[in-house]
Amino acid sequence: MATASVSGGREKELWRRLGEVNDPELDEPITEMGFVERAKMTSDGSVEIDFRLPTYWCSPNFAFLMLDGVRKALDQLSWAPAYRVKLHDHMFAEEVNRGMEAGKTFGDIFAELAEDQDLGALRETFRMKAFKRRQEAVLRGLKAHSLTDREIVGMELPAYDVARFEPGEATKQKPRYRAALLERFPDRRVDDPVFMTWEGHGIPAGALGAYLAELRAVRVNMEFNGALCRGLKQTRYKELDVVDGEPTLVDFIMDRVPARAAPTA
Amino acid sequence: MFRTPEGKDIFVVDGHTHFWDGSPENQKNIHGKQFIDCFYAYHTGLSPKDQLWEKSKFEKYSADDLYRDLFIDGPDDVAIVQSTYLKDFYKNGFNTIERNAEVAKRHPERFIVNGAFDPRDGEKALEYIHFLKETYDVKGVKMYTAEWNGASKGWKLTDPDAYKCFELCDKLGIRNIHVHKGPTIIPLSKDAFDVHDVDYAATDFQGLNWIIEHCGLPRLDDFCWIATQETNVYGGLAVALPFIHSRPRYFGEVIAELLFWLGPEKILFGSDYAIWTPRWLVEKFWAYQIPEDIAAERGVQLTEEIKEKILGLNAARLYNIDVEAKKKALASSPFSIAAE
Repeated sequence: MATASVSGGREKELWRRLGEVNDPELDEPITEMGFVERAKMTSDGSVEIDFRLPTYWCSPNFAFLMLDGVRKALDQLSWAPAYRVKLHDHMFAEEVNRGMEAGKTFGDIFAELAEDQDLGALRETFRMKAFKRRQEAVLRGLKAHSLTDREIVGMELPAYDVARFEPGEATKQKPRYRAALLERFPDRRVDDPVFMTWEGHGIPAGALGAYLAELRAVRVNMEFNGALCRGLKQTRYKELDVVDGEPTLVDFIMDRVPARAAPTA
Repeated sequence: MFRTPEGKDIFVVDGHTHFWDGSPENQKNIHGKQFIDCFYAYHTGLSPKDQLWEKSKFEKYSADDLYRDLFIDGPDDVAIVQSTYLKDFYKNGFNTIERNAEVAKRHPERFIVNGAFDPRDGEKALEYIHFLKETYDVKGVKMYTAEWNGASKGWKLTDPDAYKCFELCDKLGIRNIHVHKGPTIIPLSKDAFDVHDVDYAATDFQGLNWIIEHCGLPRLDDFCWIATQETNVYGGLAVALPFIHSRPRYFGEVIAELLFWLGPEKILFGSDYAIWTPRWLVEKFWAYQIPEDIAAERGVQLTEEIKEKILGLNAARLYNIDVEAKKKALASSPFSIAAE
């Protein structure tokens, strides 16, 4: 019994850690996107991860950023297990898997093809987009609660922390925006406004409408990717069949990686 | 022709269609298989359930399928068939101009056949543009900047070789340059579908029309910014439009941005057939209204007059189609396909 509960606890910890890794382009957890097809713990505690993206053509640098995130998440596990991470059905799967196993960087793996690619700058761009998308969701939530623009742009952290929304996007993004804010401005003062631009400027009440329109454009792009990726991921390896007279999509690859087994609790 | 529920006839130019062969017999390698599989996932991921095709039909459909889906069951008056060669992936190419010209031959009044070239072929590309003009009298071309060519995994509109090609297009009167700028895929490090090269090319070639397919999504903000600055940049709705079914509110946000920045004269309908068929897209589009809060925030409306422009009048302008004359001509030559 004791062994079972230990492994159950470890499995929860494993999925929790994996859930902290985001698709950088979408700012959504890889576990929610269904990219982790399988996370298996063997009897000696070591971990095997099978990873699959929505298409064979997904940008390899994004794939690498996510796998690197997975690697870091696994390094933080309390029982420090040995692990193996494998990317499936991707145009550069072989190169990435071999490189990951050898602990190489993206630049090392793709020395010839990556040219001057700076993944650091790419990470920074994605951090900015995530900041804006999270911020927009909360701002729209506050506006829906009939706060005036002046009240919103003047809001400080203590008031932010007690604000409540109905379940939905604003509720989901509220703690995530808080985390992004503190990461972006670690030295912020307690009476600084909660809503600042990425560059660190306050937002005048009269400019909030225009600012929101700008944030909307960022989200529209990210949502496009998100919706597309979800759709493609759901239907990858599926074909049309007719079941009881109804058109339906069914799996057509029999030896595909089994569906992920996330813990229920 | 699309007849609205009120009985009004709307002229439809489908700005983006294909007649491809992605069948296993034509696939050269795993990339060819994965390419058509990816298209099929787009089809299954965003189509209404009752519009789904079987995989084998999707891989290779007949000329009769195409006529029926576009012009008989579908509302298209004129379809622009785009060429995409992908000879590194497919033995006979994916969607060559020869194949397109063949399907167009039976009903030339219904088709505009566009060519394609690869600037990385250098002198050969220039010769090929001459060939396209002389053989097919093309009015437009489709550019696919992420196409592989030997060691190269993509190119930019601003590459010197590309500029030589566009100079020639300008000289020969090939005015409509359709550029695929869509979801992020290959190549490796750079984003081959980044839209910033459009800005330079459109400024430097004012005599050409730059139709950006898929509106640069997911780089809509960059695209809108550029298209606002440049009078000769247009947005093609292929891939954005199917969201009208699965995520109508999201489609409202996209079309509101486009109307706000580009205005109603610079947006073009395209089904991306055979990934999607035009009938359900046009029906849903005609019935669609932008959600009120989004429309109010952007101060735009999708009126019937604007829908008519997007569905056909804008493309007709770019391709010099005399709409009234075309309507008459099509009415007097009823469409038929071979008996089954």
